[in-house]
Amino acid sequence: MKRLLTTAAALVLAGPAFAEGELKVYHWFEYIPQELVDKFTAETGITVTIDTYDSNEAMLASLKAGRMGQYDVAVPGDYMVQIMAGEGLLDTFAPADLPNFGNIAPQWLDVPFDPGRQSSIPYQWGSTSFSVNRDVYQGDIGTLAMIFDPPEELKGKINVLDSQGEVLTLASLYMGIPQCNTDREQLKALSDMLVAAKAHWASFGSDTAKDVLVSGDAAAGMIYNGFSAKARAEGANVEYAYPKEGFVVWMDNVVLLKDAPNRDNALAFMNFLLDPENAAAVTNYAAYTAGVTGVAPFLDAAIAESPENNPPADAPAGSFIEVCDAETQKLYDAIWTNLKK
Amino acid sequence: MAGPGTSGGGGGGGWRPLLVPLLMPTWLTIGIFLVLPVALMAVYSFLTKEFRGGVIWDFTLAAYDQFFVDRGLFGDEPPAIEWTYIAIFWRSIWQAGLATLFCLLVGFPTAWFIATRPASQRGVWLFLITIPYWVNLLIRTVSLKFLIRDNGPLNEGLMALGVLDAPVTLVNTNLAVQLGLFYSYLPFMVLPIYAAVERYNFALSEAAADLYASRWVTLREIVIPVVKPGIVAGCILVFVPSLGAFLAPDLLGGAKTFMIGSLIEEQFKGSLGNWPFGAAASMILMTLVLCALMVYARSASQAAGQGAAR
Repeated sequence: MKRLLTTAAALVLAGPAFAEGELKVYHWFEYIPQELVDKFTAETGITVTIDTYDSNEAMLASLKAGRMGQYDVAVPGDYMVQIMAGEGLLDTFAPADLPNFGNIAPQWLDVPFDPGRQSSIPYQWGSTSFSVNRDVYQGDIGTLAMIFDPPEELKGKINVLDSQGEVLTLASLYMGIPQCNTDREQLKALSDMLVAAKAHWASFGSDTAKDVLVSGDAAAGMIYNGFSAKARAEGANVEYAYPKEGFVVWMDNVVLLKDAPNRDNALAFMNFLLDPENAAAVTNYAAYTAGVTGVAPFLDAAIAESPENNPPADAPAGSFIEVCDAETQKLYDAIWTNLKK
Repeated sequence: MAGPGTSGGGGGGGWRPLLVPLLMPTWLTIGIFLVLPVALMAVYSFLTKEFRGGVIWDFTLAAYDQFFVDRGLFGDEPPAIEWTYIAIFWRSIWQAGLATLFCLLVGFPTAWFIATRPASQRGVWLFLITIPYWVNLLIRTVSLKFLIRDNGPLNEGLMALGVLDAPVTLVNTNLAVQLGLFYSYLPFMVLPIYAAVERYNFALSEAAADLYASRWVTLREIVIPVVKPGIVAGCILVFVPSLGAFLAPDLLGGAKTFMIGSLIEEQFKGSLGNWPFGAAASMILMTLVLCALMVYARSASQAAGQGAAR
């Protein structure tokens, strides 16, 4: 009992000093190498705690359900940065707060989801389309029909991301209709097309998207480009497609959260991640692409030259997922619920 | 309850002043961890959904309306009955009911077998039943998926033995979900039935046999009525968690069709972010379960009354 009290007293006394050396990160699963976290701690003396989530929406729901003030930084995707800023969940900083701010690649500096980069810095970017197991299907895979109107060999062996934004955006691209659409006939057609396609799908799963390809449970699957590269590295004979109808591009960003308990440490962490060597370490781990200049000398050749990271010359431009207004979003929510009922 | 007959008799009255303080922790626990959350849920189910999660404090029936009334994709068609969620509930009840039935069919003989072993061996058998529970449910469910997948040990084994020519696809089917529920909750059926059978006086069976009752009649007229409380407890323990399960449908069923549990989960965690609707669906589910239990309790007490009268 006495020892317990002593410990408690020590903790209380050490409280303020301890808080100076802490950083609370809310991050995606499997997205930062532990060695890099250790390096940050070794350089700064700041201890890092990481909690993980598996979708942008889950992260937003958790923060809105009362976990603001517990985390310093989070890593939302592009459209989610805009949503979080709109909800007032983000704090701002000045470029001068981050000595490495100038390392941000020019095309990622003035982005529509955070003009002038006031609350966020680039983490990694990549694309979402799909991969096909080449042992199962040898034909041309450069079309989203592989998922939405699949050939005989792939029917019943397709995994689809359990993510409303990505599925509905890819489906819209396949049908050649705009996002955040309010045209009744087109939305009805989109819904009908998805319900018909679902008959050929085996499962919905995001964090399992790689494993089902590696295990052979799925012969084709909607997937992020780096995740597909990892599936290939683990022995699956899969090819990542850049379909002719288009694909989703995304950028994950480190954001400074409002009411961050350790704002200075958060800025130190963001600055650390803008160092080319550190950004490259994340890329080498996650197999996506950094949004920082000067990473090339630190990249593993296998990652830098991977087919997943280097679209063919004739690939179309990718599309970011757009943020719809509440009324329009309701329609897409209804299509998704109807699809999964 | 505090009639003169109880308070006047014997030394029990000495405990009475202590009753309230002794029960206080239980009441507090139930109040804080059961009544309060349920009350919160009830209130939230009548609030307005905030765009992208959260609630606005305007009272409305919108969540219940969404559950029961179909106004089309654009919300301007003439109202009709919304079958989507009723179908999800019905499918879940059907799956949970089947799982309960299968657990009973396998669990009762298992419990009987254990209870009729010599007392020294029963501990070992019960121990074997509980061993799987040392492993987290998530891991057991994933392992089951590994076992039954197309190129998993089950299919490969049966093909090697010549029983099958081609693998039977189990993963991502309703059958796999059923298997997962059955496997997850079987011990919840075995243990209460075992407890009831263990107390069963086997002299009753002998007496029945002496009176020329067949084995089937003995089982139906003597054994089952006596161990019925154990059977009912087992059925409730299997049925209720099966109804709300979302691990088995997600992992073994491929998350392709919503079950009640996954539908509710998606309202809070997923992209739909509709808390009032999730709360309303939970309230409807809870009401259904409570009604079923109350109907059972009433019929049980009536049966007990008849038994006493006989």
